[in-house]
Amino acid sequence: MNQDGVNKGRRRFLMGATGAMGAVGGVGVAWPLLSSWQPSERAKAIGAPVAVDVGSLGEGEMISVEWRGKPIFIVRRTAEMLETLRSDELRGRLSDPDSDNQNQQPEYARNDVRSREEELLVVEGFCTHLGCAPQYRPQVEPQSFDDNWLGGFFCACHGSRFDMAGRVFRGVPAPSNLAVPPHFREGDMLTIGEDGETA
Amino acid sequence: MSTQDKGGLMGWIDARLPVTRTIEKHVTKYYAPKNFNFFYVFGVLAMLVFVNQIVTGIWLTMKYVPSAEEAFRSVEYIMRDVEWGWLIRYMHSTGASMFFVVIYLHMFRALLYGSYQKPRELVWIFGMLLYLMLMAEAFMGYVLPWGQMSYWGAQVIISLFGAVPIIGDPLVEWIRGDYLISGATLNRFFALHVIALPLVLALLVFLHIVALHEVGSNNPDGVDIKKNLDENGVPRDGIPFHPYYTIGKDLVGVVIFLMVFCGIIFFFPTAGGFFLETANFEPADPLTTPENIHPVWYFGAFYSILRAMDFDLLFLEAKLLGVLTMGAAIAILFVLPWLDRSPVRSWRYKGMISRVSLVVFAIAFMILTWLGIQPVTTLNTILAQICTVIYFAFFLGMPFYTRYEKTKPVPERVTNR
Repeated sequence: MNQDGVNKGRRRFLMGATGAMGAVGGVGVAWPLLSSWQPSERAKAIGAPVAVDVGSLGEGEMISVEWRGKPIFIVRRTAEMLETLRSDELRGRLSDPDSDNQNQQPEYARNDVRSREEELLVVEGFCTHLGCAPQYRPQVEPQSFDDNWLGGFFCACHGSRFDMAGRVFRGVPAPSNLAVPPHFREGDMLTIGEDGETA
Repeated sequence: MSTQDKGGLMGWIDARLPVTRTIEKHVTKYYAPKNFNFFYVFGVLAMLVFVNQIVTGIWLTMKYVPSAEEAFRSVEYIMRDVEWGWLIRYMHSTGASMFFVVIYLHMFRALLYGSYQKPRELVWIFGMLLYLMLMAEAFMGYVLPWGQMSYWGAQVIISLFGAVPIIGDPLVEWIRGDYLISGATLNRFFALHVIALPLVLALLVFLHIVALHEVGSNNPDGVDIKKNLDENGVPRDGIPFHPYYTIGKDLVGVVIFLMVFCGIIFFFPTAGGFFLETANFEPADPLTTPENIHPVWYFGAFYSILRAMDFDLLFLEAKLLGVLTMGAAIAILFVLPWLDRSPVRSWRYKGMISRVSLVVFAIAFMILTWLGIQPVTTLNTILAQICTVIYFAFFLGMPFYTRYEKTKPVPERVTNR
């Protein structure tokens, strides 16, 4: 152990102890640097609900409002659109027709047309693939991306397709249906970001 | 040593700092093979563009304002109101694209002549790290003008990290520093683009060159010139890097390059939407995605590979599969030195399969690059899928076809063609 005045056991212990303390110090310095990349308190505070007047929204029309930096699409669907959504022809081409993925909508929008009120669709215009804003394509007519287009949303970034309820088609890059944000309506005012009292 | 007995100022300095010794080792007595061809000019050109990016970048930071409110306006201010601002910015933006042109040709040269093979594996790996860091640097730089393509490009690329299982969503939030791409994201990208990554790049350039000079340069014949030394220990097929290659080859290359470079800057600065995309002349709008969003051309190949994966495979969703495939396309380049089992380096002496594979691979890579900036159509997706298969087949088949194919005999000395 003690060779030529060198105590190897003690040297090894001191090296180990110094290394360990150095590692603790390193983590201690890295921690604040890495966590300073988290959203700041100010960013967290900006997330309040928004209200929008949907009284003047005509049948088949869409408006887009901003909530938490994302576009929220609001569509007043026509009777034909709702009929198409319930048809087996369309449902057979979807990957999650019954909204089995519970993360993508509140419980009150988990139905065959994915809305709290039948005709009023409220979804995030935020493609579940890589976050582009899909385009509203309500026309039932052949499109370059789909010969048998029944109306819905098309994401031009990577070709993902969604129906008029924001349900994703099979065989596209997006893995899940468009998310339905919490929302409620009082008269003509639609509030996005809160479930409301009746929820 | 000759440097020790020298008097005067140089002698005084050399006794304290290895100036003469370093210049001799890396420049005046660095013996490079005498049969270099024009493909050997791109390393020097990459250094030139790197210096251009650093200098013009420093000048741009003097007027650019890194905030979501001011970024777009300050870039327009540089373009319209700052004396010569347009020139400095176009030098920087054109330099970014030309950097990739030069680097892709530099990498293709390594593929042609087997420059990644033993003993140059580390040279290749440092080069690949440089390429990876350069992609990160270019991506973050493209976000800074805060135009539509900046914003939505960042949206798509950062969302890629969301495909990581379990920690995906918190990871994306951590990278953005907000619940959406915002000023917080812009500011950190600015810091990384102007300070962190340039430091890393400079360090890697240093390591790349030191590693190269330790083992010596390869050449179009793939002949090891150190096997044939004269009585002074100097390779018979080597000539000093300076002045033979600096003045004789690189200066000519630099002049030709600068003619092209200036031509683009003065007459064709956006390169028809390839170097500066049309959508980026509109300020970022978080609510409207441009019609055809795509990365700048130099990311096209990897973006095409990402988009080609539009199907689920086993338990992998299309989204994760695309990200993994794109990651694999870059990762596989790192292990190239161990995939090539050929006894010869240069394609001049490799078998027919290697030669044809390399040509087909290069064409597939160019098609993928082109497809990366085209809109999604059924035909384009199928074409991208075919080229993705070719891309991977080139690398995964390499251990087999390089080992079993018949190679030609390699000459003892370098040839003169």
